[in-house]
Amino acid sequence: MIGRVLRRLWDGIPLPLRNWLLALASFVILLVMWEVLPSTGAINVFFTSSPSRIVLAAQWLFQHGLWNDILVSLGEFMLGMVLAILLGIFVGFMIGWYGTLRAIVEPYVNMLNATPRVALFPLLILWLGIGIESKIAAVFLGAFFPIVISVMKGVKTVDPELIKCARSFGAKDRQVFTTLTLPACLPFIISGLQIGVGRGLVGVVIGEMLAAQAGVGHMMAQASATFQTDKVFVGLVLLTGFGFVLTEIIKQIEKRFDSWRI
Amino acid sequence: MRRTGGQVLALKDISFSIPAGKFVCILGPSGCGKTTLLNIIAGLLKPSQGEILQNGIPIAGPTKERAMVFQSAALLPWRTVIRNITYGLEIQGRSVRDAKITAQDLINLVDLKGFEESYPRELSGGMQQRVNLARALAINPQLLLMDEPFASLDAQTREFMQLEIERIWSKTGQTTFFVTHSIDEAIFLADEIILMTARPGQIKASVPVALPRPRSPATKKSPDYHSLQDNLHDLIDQEFTQAIQKNITGLEARP
Repeated sequence: MIGRVLRRLWDGIPLPLRNWLLALASFVILLVMWEVLPSTGAINVFFTSSPSRIVLAAQWLFQHGLWNDILVSLGEFMLGMVLAILLGIFVGFMIGWYGTLRAIVEPYVNMLNATPRVALFPLLILWLGIGIESKIAAVFLGAFFPIVISVMKGVKTVDPELIKCARSFGAKDRQVFTTLTLPACLPFIISGLQIGVGRGLVGVVIGEMLAAQAGVGHMMAQASATFQTDKVFVGLVLLTGFGFVLTEIIKQIEKRFDSWRI
Repeated sequence: MRRTGGQVLALKDISFSIPAGKFVCILGPSGCGKTTLLNIIAGLLKPSQGEILQNGIPIAGPTKERAMVFQSAALLPWRTVIRNITYGLEIQGRSVRDAKITAQDLINLVDLKGFEESYPRELSGGMQQRVNLARALAINPQLLLMDEPFASLDAQTREFMQLEIERIWSKTGQTTFFVTHSIDEAIFLADEIILMTARPGQIKASVPVALPRPRSPATKKSPDYHSLQDNLHDLIDQEFTQAIQKNITGLEARP
């Protein structure tokens, strides 16, 4: 009887809200289990930490320089990304537009894009040191290539009929570029950005873990080396949250320009 | 006039004129070089031999004297209907605000009122072609070039669009060069039909169409319409017979 009533109530909730409630419930259950299971002795809290210990560790860390780590990481990430976006879009357009340039440059782009970026980090450290410069370069190298490749693809996929139409009205190269190529490439820029953001984040974290003096990745590596699992989890939560928010932002931007796709 | 693409001769010995205020249809099978001819007149392609004059001046490239209506509507998907219609004017240096005033008149002419702010993907195929047409008319060309604009529409929409073209043409008196592979479409719309044959494209015949205007669905039932149909079918059949004979003699000549 009660089951029936609950069932009716549940079915009355709109589907999107129902799905959201399910996700929330599963998350809460996960947190509770994470908290309770170590205290029963079923799993070892040294390895798994627990939500309450993570909160305590975070409190301590925020009072002892975590803000600085966050700012350093954020700064490295932002600078690297801005450079990658600006240069990536520019280079992507250039090699998409000029066939000769593409013939010369594209093999290098593909080659470097296929190289595991981590393999370049030892060189970056040699060249740029263990300060923020090597991390900016790491972010840049991660995000630059997906953006270049995506924009280049975009330039090539502009509908030839549209170009013919523009030409029939007497459009010059500059006008073809601004009225057709640029808007047609916007969705491609965004999808390049989507991959680029993920790769950039990997770049900053791994860069900091390998050799750095500050940053969230650096803090995590140090905590791990000194067996402070709780602090490692604090860094993980921060990075997960940041990555999640960024992905959501880009999803929104993408939705905005979805109608631009041909 | 001829154009060779690589080693293939696309058009050969083509000579005709399009009188001002007339609607000329070019009728021919796929691959006869109709579109090539249209692109040359538009100034998008250069003929390897010969020349085309407009008002006595050779055509060297696209100018605002000619505008093209494309087979695929070729609308900019990120622009609204009105901004698609202003596109040609913007390319030619008119301000958006100014161009929108012209565009509004054309929206009324092609019967798209209320769809100014719609996007192409929200329109039916027939409506997209209206935008395509309005965009070309917006630059007020001396010569309108239409490249099988209704080829991808369903039969009913196509008939309706032909009526629309007749209505718009009777209002504007726009000199038009219209490419089609449909005999009925050519007869219904044209003042003159140029019949082409394929590989290399050549002119088979030039057939004047003296059906009274404005034309209506009743036009298609008139005896004159039917005799034109018969006439054109005969000319095309002749061509078939000749082509078949050519192939047979070709086979026999082989060692």
